[in-house]
Amino acid sequence: MDCSHVFKFKVNRLIVVFALFLAFFSVASPAFAQVDSAVVAQDTAVVAAHAEEAAHGGEHGSKKFEPTKVIMEHIADSHMWHLWGHTSLPLPVIVYTQAGLDVFSSGNFHHGEHDYTSAKNTYRLVEDQVKIVGADGQIDEAATAHLYDISITKNVAAMFVAVALILIVFISVAGAYKKRVGKSPKGLQSLIEPIIVFVRDDIAKPNIGHGYAKFMPYLLTVFFFIWINNMLGLVPIFPGGANVTGNIALTLVLSLGTLLIVNLNGNKYYWKHILLPDVPWWLYPIMIPVELIGIISKPFALMIRLFANITAGHIIVLSLISLIFIFETLAMAPVSIAFVLFMDVLELLVAFLQAFIFTLLTALFIGMAVEEHH
Amino acid sequence: MNPLVLPSIGLVFWTTVAFVGLLILLKKFAWKPILAAIHEREQNIDEALNKAELAKQEMTRLTAQNEDLLKSARAERDLILKEAKALKDSIINEAKTSAHVEGAKLIEKAKIEIENQKKAALAELKNQVSSLSLDIAERVLRNQLQDKAKQEDLVANLLKDVELN
Repeated sequence: MDCSHVFKFKVNRLIVVFALFLAFFSVASPAFAQVDSAVVAQDTAVVAAHAEEAAHGGEHGSKKFEPTKVIMEHIADSHMWHLWGHTSLPLPVIVYTQAGLDVFSSGNFHHGEHDYTSAKNTYRLVEDQVKIVGADGQIDEAATAHLYDISITKNVAAMFVAVALILIVFISVAGAYKKRVGKSPKGLQSLIEPIIVFVRDDIAKPNIGHGYAKFMPYLLTVFFFIWINNMLGLVPIFPGGANVTGNIALTLVLSLGTLLIVNLNGNKYYWKHILLPDVPWWLYPIMIPVELIGIISKPFALMIRLFANITAGHIIVLSLISLIFIFETLAMAPVSIAFVLFMDVLELLVAFLQAFIFTLLTALFIGMAVEEHH
Repeated sequence: MNPLVLPSIGLVFWTTVAFVGLLILLKKFAWKPILAAIHEREQNIDEALNKAELAKQEMTRLTAQNEDLLKSARAERDLILKEAKALKDSIINEAKTSAHVEGAKLIEKAKIEIENQKKAALAELKNQVSSLSLDIAERVLRNQLQDKAKQEDLVANLLKDVELN
């Protein structure tokens, strides 16, 4: 390839940028953490003050609207699935503590107002985090540190919905292929087939080359998993609306998958490029760490890109909706709705684009790892 | 750190489970049959197109062959016709020449015959004339030598001629 040199330059530059970014991140995070904890403390104080005020005054009308809190509640994961008004769908809480595995409904917390006592521990929901309450009625931090929360949260449930949807759609489409052997596609089949062919011909083939077939299942799964989850996230009502692909845990898992697939399939040229790059030997102390960071930074970029794009989209849409409540006037509604409509259409594009970019870059990284140099 | 950028262990765990499960299930029940079917169909289409192309080529070849056949047949016909014409011409010519030759021969023969006949006739005529003239001369002599006087006259005349000599 003629352009591969340019591209390598770009990649190297990117690697350097990410290395710097990582360094900045690690240095800056304690500072952020301090600021965040201060903000959280302030928030809790404000909420407490409001709660007190509400309790004393008994008037909901005086309660001030807090867009940040509302938006963050929607963006973040939750142990309950808020449906409408005060109605939430309780979800199963699964926690592994030193005392063993505990499974119970999140409805037992009554929106965090009550503690729940199981046979093993007493739990309390603080800021949507399950904590263990000690015998003295205070949170037992030592025990909480060993608590592993693997609850079916809102995001997990929404992801399962997406998984079920994907399975139903694609297994039925596969059935159609078995039924209509050698015939032209029909119905759902003809909707899905161009996308599959697109992933194969425009993503896998040009980037990976002749060995592309091996990676097709991963690429297709990643593509449709991200896309369907992105689009379900745009649906404001149950079972959509969860910020699944805008959650860093999910993008972390996906990018780890890419990291594993790329490095497990890397050939000797790939490893030679990393461990014995074509530079003077005295540059090795710089180049090898940079290349090693490059291994991590490529999927790291994937993780951040997907997370940031989807989260940003959700934040913008929710902010625009919040405008109505901030201005406390119905006159704002048409403006808000118009902007939201525009953003939703844009997000529909972003939903596809992010799935496409994730898959494309995965294919590109695989292609770079399996490329044969003659 | 902001809780937004802190991956929760539960979601990591369930995403891994869900994604790996999805990958395995889809690979087995969806991607394999779908990709195989698409591949097979594309191959079928390619094959069909190739076949059509081949058939087209075969058609062109056959047409060309037909054309060639037709051309050669036409050429052959022309050749045969030409040959026949030449043959005809040659036959006619031959016939003409032979007729000429024969005619000339016949004419020659006829001429010779005529000549012969003429000669024969002339000979005959000469014979006839000589015998006739001998006859006439005999009769004239007999007539003239019937009386003695005349015989003597004659002899006298003859003798006169001899004397002159």
